[in-house]
Amino acid sequence: MKTSLLIESVTDRFPDVVLASHTYRGDATVVLGRKSLLKVAQFLKEDPAFEMNFLMDLTAVDYSAFGKRATPAFFASSGVAVKPSPQIPDEDPWPGPPAESRFAVVYHFFSTAHKHRLRLVVPVEEGDAEVDSLIPLWPGANWLEREVWDMFGINFTGHPDLKRILMYQEFEGHPLRKDYPVNRRQPLIGPVN
Amino acid sequence: MPMETTQTPQSDPAELESRDMMLNIGPAHPAMHGIVRIVTKLEGEQIQEAEVEIGYLHRGFEKMAETVDYNGVIPYTDRLNYVSPLINNMGYCMAVEKLLGISVPERCHYIRVIVSELSRISDHLTCVGASAMELGAFTVFLYMIKAREYLWELVEKVTGARLTVSYCRVGGVKGDLPQDFAEPCAKAFEETRKVLKEADGLLTRNRLFADRMIGTGVISAEDAISYGITGPFLRGSGSDYDVRKDCPYAVYDRLPFDVPVGTHGDNMDRYLVRMEEMEQSMRIVERALADMPPGPVLVNPETGRPIPAAEMVDQAKMGNIVSISGTSAVACPTLEGANHTQHPSIATDEKRVFLPPKEDTYGNIEGLMQQFKLVMFDHGVRPPTGEVYFPVEGANGELGFYLVSDGASGAYRLRVRPPCFAIMSALPKLLTGGMIADMIPTFGSVNMIGGELDR
Repeated sequence: MKTSLLIESVTDRFPDVVLASHTYRGDATVVLGRKSLLKVAQFLKEDPAFEMNFLMDLTAVDYSAFGKRATPAFFASSGVAVKPSPQIPDEDPWPGPPAESRFAVVYHFFSTAHKHRLRLVVPVEEGDAEVDSLIPLWPGANWLEREVWDMFGINFTGHPDLKRILMYQEFEGHPLRKDYPVNRRQPLIGPVN
Repeated sequence: MPMETTQTPQSDPAELESRDMMLNIGPAHPAMHGIVRIVTKLEGEQIQEAEVEIGYLHRGFEKMAETVDYNGVIPYTDRLNYVSPLINNMGYCMAVEKLLGISVPERCHYIRVIVSELSRISDHLTCVGASAMELGAFTVFLYMIKAREYLWELVEKVTGARLTVSYCRVGGVKGDLPQDFAEPCAKAFEETRKVLKEADGLLTRNRLFADRMIGTGVISAEDAISYGITGPFLRGSGSDYDVRKDCPYAVYDRLPFDVPVGTHGDNMDRYLVRMEEMEQSMRIVERALADMPPGPVLVNPETGRPIPAAEMVDQAKMGNIVSISGTSAVACPTLEGANHTQHPSIATDEKRVFLPPKEDTYGNIEGLMQQFKLVMFDHGVRPPTGEVYFPVEGANGELGFYLVSDGASGAYRLRVRPPCFAIMSALPKLLTGGMIADMIPTFGSVNMIGGELDR
């Protein structure tokens, strides 16, 4: 299915759930309220027009520092505003971060039958960082959700074993949050000798 | 009957007292490629439960990528899958190029395809060789490492390095292929084919090998897909998903190759898929070398080799202009392939993205400014705000880069979808119910690469 049609079909099916949508560089993106994530994901997986049988990737983005990084004063406008070549789709400009909320959980789906991809973005508030787990639909979500918990501290409701995966259990904080300094030291663990 | 009640419990095996045993394998175990820990619960020799613990090689790749500029990430990508670094280079650079909305010259696409297929072959050779070694076939391992050596010599010829190549750049590659690359390439492939034939003779119909590979580590295509497994591991189960065919990038849609597919989803099928993929990769490289648009001719017509800069100056001083006009000088061996004449065919013509050839940097003010604008702190490549996901076919499966940009000189967020992460998350399922000895070929066929798994 074409990206524009993909977005249209999801929006038609769930008009009150889809918060926004765009196609940027050929990637179809749908922004969802988190309450209906499981419902939409199940629809994407089972609907014959979509058949998104792959949960390719599951990650999160911390948007709290977006656009706040320092730019050099003299050359602030020296960024590349490249005009894409005609082969590269550039229908809509990128509308910016999906919502006011701090985090966004990002899902990438793929269908082997139709060879199309879709990105679902679920904005999550910092104080109430919790999303439904997709393990009932894709068991592969297990580790991916553990990684998001590890790196961002976002909770997944219904996850059977939500614990750290890349960091060790005693690690304090969530390293991919923007307020985690890159050079922060952690206390040494293990037996004292 | 009283006779039955007097039977001693020892005589009936079902009545024997049995206890489950916890067996901790790894993190530093010879069969755990790199460092990973598998905690198994055994009943006899059968694995009842398995828990895989990863993260021992976590280096904070994604966090580091947020602190450096776009080209600064490239050396880190070498260290993701360190057996096929060129594919990582390519995937990352193509993700940034997608975000920038630029395209690279056709010859550059071909070069990238050639080097990434060379990497794929060396990756498969390592995987098959290592897992054969763990089943006792040490000879095969040595043969395959020998073949890998031939390929790495090619990689060395192209990139100047063997392992941490950092060859691709945002908007191009470091340098053109060396002159007459097809010749050493054909020689290396001849040797590789010999090795593959030899390995095939030693392994495929060898009962010692086949008995441990057939029927072990079975996973169906549906299960594999639900775990997000891609690459040779999935194709061994019968699904033919291959990013190069299904979502073609670079020039893969123009190159003929077949996607080998297994039927049983066991270790044997995955081994056969990998063996055939190596042959297909060689086919791709041979075709790409034949098809690629020719690069500029840099050789001295008399000697048949490029002219060193000093020699050219001497010739010019003696007024011998006719013999050197139309040829280029090799300024510096580390910049081989990146001369003024080769530059347009390996790099995008977008001046705000790619460094100018060194002749321009040192020769005119525009080149110097272009160089400075790209290397000064906080300048460099500055894509517009946006988010993109770009998948390439890594040696283990779909290697995806998800990139969010806020318009600054470095990525706001860079996420790697490591292909063996999905396979490792399915490992408990693959191991449970099997014998402990089957763990070795199953884990070998995962081709776990710690650098990519833990990032």
